[in-house]
Order: sequence, then structure tokens, then C-alpha cells
Amino acid sequence: MTKYTDQGKQDTRSGYGAGMTELGRTNPNVVALCADLVGSLKIETFIKESPERFFQTGIAEANMMGIAAGLTIGGKIPFASTFANFATGRVYDQIRQSIAYSDKNVKICASHAGLTLGEDGATHQILEDIGLMKMLPGMTVINPCDFNQTKAATIAIAEHHGPVYLRFGRPKVANFTPVDQTFEIGKALMLSEGTDVTILATGHLVWQALLAAESLENQGISAEVINIHTIKPLDDKAILDSVKKTGCVVTAEEHNYLGGLGESVARVLATHHPTPQEFVATQDTFGESGTPEQLMEKYGLNNKAIEAAVLKVLKRK
Amino acid sequence: MPNTQELQDLVVQVRRDILRMVHKVNSGHPGGSLGCTEFLVALYNEVMDLKDGFDMDGIGEDLFFLSNGHISPVFYSVLARRGYFPIEELNTFRLIDSRLQGHPTTHEGLPGVRVASGSLGQGMSVAIGAALAKKLNGDDHLVFSLHGDGELQEGQNWEAIMYAAGNKVDNLIATVDRNGQQIDGATKDVLPLGDVGEKFKVFGWDVLEIENGNDLEQVIAGLNEAKSRTGKGKPVCIVMKTEMGNGVDFMMHTHAWHGKAPSDEQLATALEQNPETLGDY
Repeated sequence: MTKYTDQGKQDTRSGYGAGMTELGRTNPNVVALCADLVGSLKIETFIKESPERFFQTGIAEANMMGIAAGLTIGGKIPFASTFANFATGRVYDQIRQSIAYSDKNVKICASHAGLTLGEDGATHQILEDIGLMKMLPGMTVINPCDFNQTKAATIAIAEHHGPVYLRFGRPKVANFTPVDQTFEIGKALMLSEGTDVTILATGHLVWQALLAAESLENQGISAEVINIHTIKPLDDKAILDSVKKTGCVVTAEEHNYLGGLGESVARVLATHHPTPQEFVATQDTFGESGTPEQLMEKYGLNNKAIEAAVLKVLKRK
Repeated sequence: MPNTQELQDLVVQVRRDILRMVHKVNSGHPGGSLGCTEFLVALYNEVMDLKDGFDMDGIGEDLFFLSNGHISPVFYSVLARRGYFPIEELNTFRLIDSRLQGHPTTHEGLPGVRVASGSLGQGMSVAIGAALAKKLNGDDHLVFSLHGDGELQEGQNWEAIMYAAGNKVDNLIATVDRNGQQIDGATKDVLPLGDVGEKFKVFGWDVLEIENGNDLEQVIAGLNEAKSRTGKGKPVCIVMKTEMGNGVDFMMHTHAWHGKAPSDEQLATALEQNPETLGDY
């Protein structure tokens, strides 16, 4: 299989911050909003270099989403950022009416998504956000896998007209995709070709999928690993091409199995090419406090869980 | 600029439009629409500096956001009669395949509408964003918004009210339609709003009142006074007292016509009280 090297662990939210720094320097229409979480979102450099293009809304996310919608009227490209929980569930109707239905060019940028937020616990660990956002007509949903890809995605969505949900996280994780890559929205990335099983992973689970594939290779199982960084629009063709070859699939995501990547994939397969599928995802549950590693282990969201799901789905072929 | 009689004729004609639109589809919100007729007629035909035609960004002109989207009939009539789209299109209000949805939307590309509204409490935030964009663009035009008084029960307004004052959004004029009514009854009975003007004041806004929002000259004077207070470090709020259902005697002094259409007989009576001036659509 194709080998990847961890260039040094970094948090994906810092990738967002780095992308914003670059956009601040290159695109005068980009403006940033934040609801009292500037430090957590890593946008200090953008603010320092372009203070007139930053809007601190305080702890008032509903107002932030509305202001972001209004800023587009006049040609601005607002990046509204906060924790994923407050960027989606808390303000769903504001996003639905003022942004999505109104076709506003707002980028909703959400950090601390999923269990890996860690010790703060379930109040902050949203595992439903992908579902909430992908159900909105016209919304693009992106969940990049590492620092470099999050930076590239941040830069890419500024060039895309329309509302986008960009989801990333808190912990430092392997940074293994190329520096200064070009990010193409909706284009799944083949990371490693294989013949026995397809692993479709998104976000933090992509690196775990590569670790699982390496272990499976040692057991004589050839796994194809694809990075589904864009959940909507989904790259149906890449998925179908792969499963037609391998005959079974495992989806892996840091999200509830209801509403996430797995369900989107299941819809494509059920419609075009029914295929055995196993879901690595949380099982309709809230999270809890703990370290990110402990939580990913307990809730079955790591390389071992992916490996077990592969062994299970292979028996169903 | 039209003279007062021409504007008054337009007010009556818009009232006829509202009544006929709502009657035709036996649904919609005539009460608040009739109450805000003078305001919207004055705004679009006397007060706002508007370009010809419509583009979404609205750079170089004043902007208006209707937060209480359920009064779409008056908004649509005023937009059509200001030339944003053909007057005949008022015939399609709330019908299938129409650009005139029950609540205003950008989704069908109706000229004059810049954001969807209907789910209440969101318009002030959007207006603030548009006002901030004007400042960034060096555009010294103003942003106007209209809000129902009952709508202030939505918490997002108070986030927006706090933000606008704290950030000196002084190119914004937000008007509250203080008709004292909402669907379930009088605002004082459903959830008392207290002294709306005082609340805006203590949040840091410059506040003025229009004592009779159904007196065209008072509305124009109030809006012009509000314009003169912009650019001085504070957002401007107009508390405008209106009578829901104004212009139709049996629709006034009650919340009953908030979201109810008149029958054939009631329509005939209402239209008699508002005789045709500029021609029905």
C-alpha cells in the first residue's frame, strides 16, 4: 500500500487559522466573525493583520450568523467561526433561513467537532452536525483530515460561491497530506489502492484508516483507502468505482451513524450498487469527558475499530 | 419626488392590493400589512435613495430589510408599484410556481428582496451585516429595517440590539411597528414588551417615536429625522405606533386580522373604504 509520513502532529483548527491568515493577505473580500472563541479558532494573525475585517460578536451565535448573511450583501465573503456545536445546532434556523434558503455566500467554520474535543464533555461534543448541515439544500459540507488539508480547504471555499460548512477539530493529529496542496471540493482522494475492501473515511478517521490498512496488509488483506473530505456533494463515482472492484465497504467518521457520511454512502450504494457496508461511527449516543484517545477507543472510532469492521464486512461479501 | 397627494393615492392603492391578494388565496397577513402601508410607501417613494433596477449587493443605494416577513403583501405591492417587477405578478401571490412566496425569499429571484424572512427575529442581524458591509465598502448609504413589536420577543433581536450599539453601527435605522398586537392577542397579554423605546435607549440606541404611523406626513417627517441622526455613533431606532388593519374599519382595534383573509362580502366592504386610485393590478 501507499505509505504516508506524519510530518508532525498538528491540530486541524490551526490549519483553519493558517488558511485564514493567507486569505487575509490575498483576498480583500474575506471577513471573519467569531463568537468569543478567537484563541480556540486560531485566527489571531488574521485579526492582527486585518483588524477592520474582523467582527467579534460576543457569545451570540444567532446574531453572528445573521450578520454574516448581511455582510454578503455588498460582496463580502464572511467566515463565521465557533465551536461546531454552537455553529450548527444552536443556530440551525438562522443558518436555514438567513443563509441557506437565502443563498448567502457564508462559510460556517466549526472547530472542536466530535468526541476529540475531549474533557469538556458531551455538552460540547457535537456528533450530529454533519447530518444537520448536509440536510440543508445547497449547503456544501467539508470535513478535512489534517492540518495541511484544512488549510487548503479554507482557502478553496473562499473561491466557491455558496454556503459551506467546514468542520475541523481540536486535538493535534498526524499531518500527512502534502503541504500547499490544491483542494478540490467534492473530489474524493484515493490514498491507497486495494482490492479486497474499500475504506471510506473522513476527518480525523482518515489517518486511522491508513493505520488500519497497514495492519490489514500484514494479514494479507488489501484495503483501498479513500479520503472523503467532502460529504456533500459526495463523490458518487469514486465510491462506486471502488466498491465495484472490492465488493464491500467500511465507512469511518467521528459522527453519529445516523446522518453522517455512512448514511450518505449507503444511499449511493442502495441506489446504484447494493454492497455490504459496515459503519464506524458513534451508535446514536452522546459522548462524555475523557482524553481524545480514551474517547475514540471507548466509542470505537480508531484504527482497531476500522480493522474489526473490515474483518466483519469481508465475511458478508 | 412625488407630492403628498400622489403618495396618499399610492397608500390607498396598496391597501387595495393587499386586500385583494390575501382574499384571492384565502390566506396571508392583512392586519400588519395594512398597518405598515404608509411606512413602506414613504420609505420606497420618498425617503430611500434607490438606484434604478435591482442588484443583490446594492452598493451605492439605501437598503431595506423586512424582518417581519409575514407582512409580505404590503412589501410586494410597494415593490411592484415602485417598478421592481410587473404589477400583474401580484396576481400570483402564494400560488404554486410564484416568485411571490407566502413569506419573502431570494430563492425565486424576486427583485427587491435581499434575504428570506418569516421565521421571526433574524432581520436585524442581517441588516447590521449589510450596514457593516457598507462601511467596509466606503458606501455612505443607509440600511433600514422593519420589525414587528411581537417579534421582539425573539431573543436574537437583543443580541443584535446589543451588538449594533456596542459597535456603533450608526448607518442603520431600525423601525419597530408598535401596533401592540400579535397572533394570539395583545402583546401586553401574550408577553409584555414594556417600554420598547426605553429598552433600545438603555442598550445605547438613539430612539425617536412616530406617534401616528398611519399619518403619512408624520411617517415621512419621522424617517427624515431618523436619517439626520445617522452617522453620529449610535444606531437609530424608530418606535412607530400603528393600528393593525388600518384603513378598513372592521379590521382595526383587534388582533383578529393578523393572519386571516376577508370573505367576499368583507372584501367588498373593505374595498369600498379604499376606492381605486392608480388602477388595480
